[in-house]
Amino acid sequence: MTTAFVHDVQPAPPVGAPGAPTTAGRRIMGVLLHDRGALFSAGFIALMLLMAICAPLITALTGHGPTAFDTAAIDVDAGGLPKGDFGGISADHLLGVEPLNGRDVLARIAYGARVSFLIAASATVLTTLLGVVLGMVAGFYGGWVDQVISRVMDFLMAFPALIFMIAILSSLPAGNRSFLLVAVISVFGWPYLARVVRGQTLTLLNRDFVEAARASGASRRDLVFKEILPNLRSSLIVMTTLAVPGYIGTEAGLSFLGVGVSPPTPSWGQMIASSVSWYAVDPLYFAVPGLFLFLTVLSLTVLGDRIRAATDAGEAA
Amino acid sequence: MARYLAGRIAGLVLILFLVCLFTYLIFFELSPDPAVMICGKTCTPERVTQIRTILGIDQPFLTQFWNFLSGLFAGRDYGSGANLVHCPAPCLGYSFQTNQSVWQMVLSRLPVTATLAIGAAALWLLAGITTGLLSAVKEGTWWDKAAMNLALGGASVPNYVLALALQYVLVVKLQVLPFPSSVAFTDDPGLWFQSYLMPWIVLATGAACLYARLTRANVIDTLAENFFRTARSKGLAPVLTMRRHALRPALTPIVTIFGMDFAALLGGALITETVFGLNGIGKMAADSIAKNDQPVIMAVTLLAAFFVVVGNVVVDLVYTTLDPRVRIR
Repeated sequence: MTTAFVHDVQPAPPVGAPGAPTTAGRRIMGVLLHDRGALFSAGFIALMLLMAICAPLITALTGHGPTAFDTAAIDVDAGGLPKGDFGGISADHLLGVEPLNGRDVLARIAYGARVSFLIAASATVLTTLLGVVLGMVAGFYGGWVDQVISRVMDFLMAFPALIFMIAILSSLPAGNRSFLLVAVISVFGWPYLARVVRGQTLTLLNRDFVEAARASGASRRDLVFKEILPNLRSSLIVMTTLAVPGYIGTEAGLSFLGVGVSPPTPSWGQMIASSVSWYAVDPLYFAVPGLFLFLTVLSLTVLGDRIRAATDAGEAA
Repeated sequence: MARYLAGRIAGLVLILFLVCLFTYLIFFELSPDPAVMICGKTCTPERVTQIRTILGIDQPFLTQFWNFLSGLFAGRDYGSGANLVHCPAPCLGYSFQTNQSVWQMVLSRLPVTATLAIGAAALWLLAGITTGLLSAVKEGTWWDKAAMNLALGGASVPNYVLALALQYVLVVKLQVLPFPSSVAFTDDPGLWFQSYLMPWIVLATGAACLYARLTRANVIDTLAENFFRTARSKGLAPVLTMRRHALRPALTPIVTIFGMDFAALLGGALITETVFGLNGIGKMAADSIAKNDQPVIMAVTLLAAFFVVVGNVVVDLVYTTLDPRVRIR
């Protein structure tokens, strides 16, 4: 880091304070490690990630694949309900089975987590990239470039995104659904980030240290990458952590409405949608994916919120 | 002021025009031929050509788009001779599925969506702002912490999960509410209230939680301002200082966000209406998409975009009257 940090120096830790946090990153980590909510959330997300990564291992251990039918676990006389109480939970099927075809819910949750996280992560990377580049370009160059980018943002934000996402997804040929989802979510998602980045770039451009760098002959590239970008870092971290749960929710919502990933690929939203006709007689079939979705979104939101609080406190200090 | 307003309205019209063009382009390019769909199973090529002529979709794209636009303002005619059908302005065409006038469909669905939006908005404003105010005044207490954590939780429930969970508990298990239906207030006020109660709660929960957190943050910021400290040190009573000096600056940003949220909701609560089976604009959007009913898709997209951009302008105007610092001369 160069001149940018000269103006952002933390007050020097009192002499003799052992292990006093030196950088903003380490200080935020320190705050988060003492926050029970943040720890629980991080733990749950880690668990979900682990489950997503180890999904093949889980199905190998239980012996039930995400698309394997298990008619033995289904009670044909009861209209296809799972055998046993609580949605067919047993030592064999830890989270129960689907009504009618007896697919293992745990396996589908694990593989569904893969879909959710993959789509949300890709969409986050893509929106962040688009948002930062276009937002910075608009703020940095101003003039007609700014006009064009800002009008495109207005246009995209005026669009009824959900209606349009559904309409586009349902009229496009099946193809690679996950890729389409990421594309559609990103196209409608980046303006919200770019708007903030643009505003912050404008503020930063007027700050003394940027002026100083410009006066001392820094190139445009240096100004962007060494002066402005490092100062956007903390707000970018906050915005992206808060965006991830949004994208997970959007993916699940689109799958719930039947335009997300196509069956038999499992997805949490799709599982909730298929539980609608069963929830009066088999509530657990609805509760399991619903709870997983809720807890994942909640954990990510809490984590993002706590990071923001820690960052804000750092800026105020 | 008049000049500013004219500029804003010009921008509004431009954006709506672009939304129209973009939507029309996408459905013109992507969708399967509606004439084949309307024609059905026993169909001859001549019949398809005939239908295409009546619908006007045998013409080049720009001509079609022009017909659509002029129909919006001046009405248009479909077919010719004895089969002539006049569609009065504002003409949004006829549904490919039901052959109803799309404008009439929108008019008949709008009351349900408006009822949903107004009820939910009242609920979330009341709950959100009250909670936020109390939390700000009692900053740092257990009440503040509990309320804010609860708000994070409430903002994290996907609305269809909340809708299904509520419906399971209240309708299936406890049987205190009936399954929601789009009953009119004038037909049965009691049933009307019971029907809309769950959809209102579902729509209001997420927003109420966000508004509570926002109100709290804004009020706390205002309480730290110099003008507020001055008012207090002049000896004004706490309640009076709150009401006269803190509320207005703290709630102005809420008005902005509320305007946009409410406008977006008027464009149809797609998921909530679908889950509860309420026949509003959102359900109409979902149904039309599922059946590739292009005129209806056009109408709902345009309607939703219209509410959003008009809401935006209204919010800016209200903002300038509420906050003297940004007042336009």
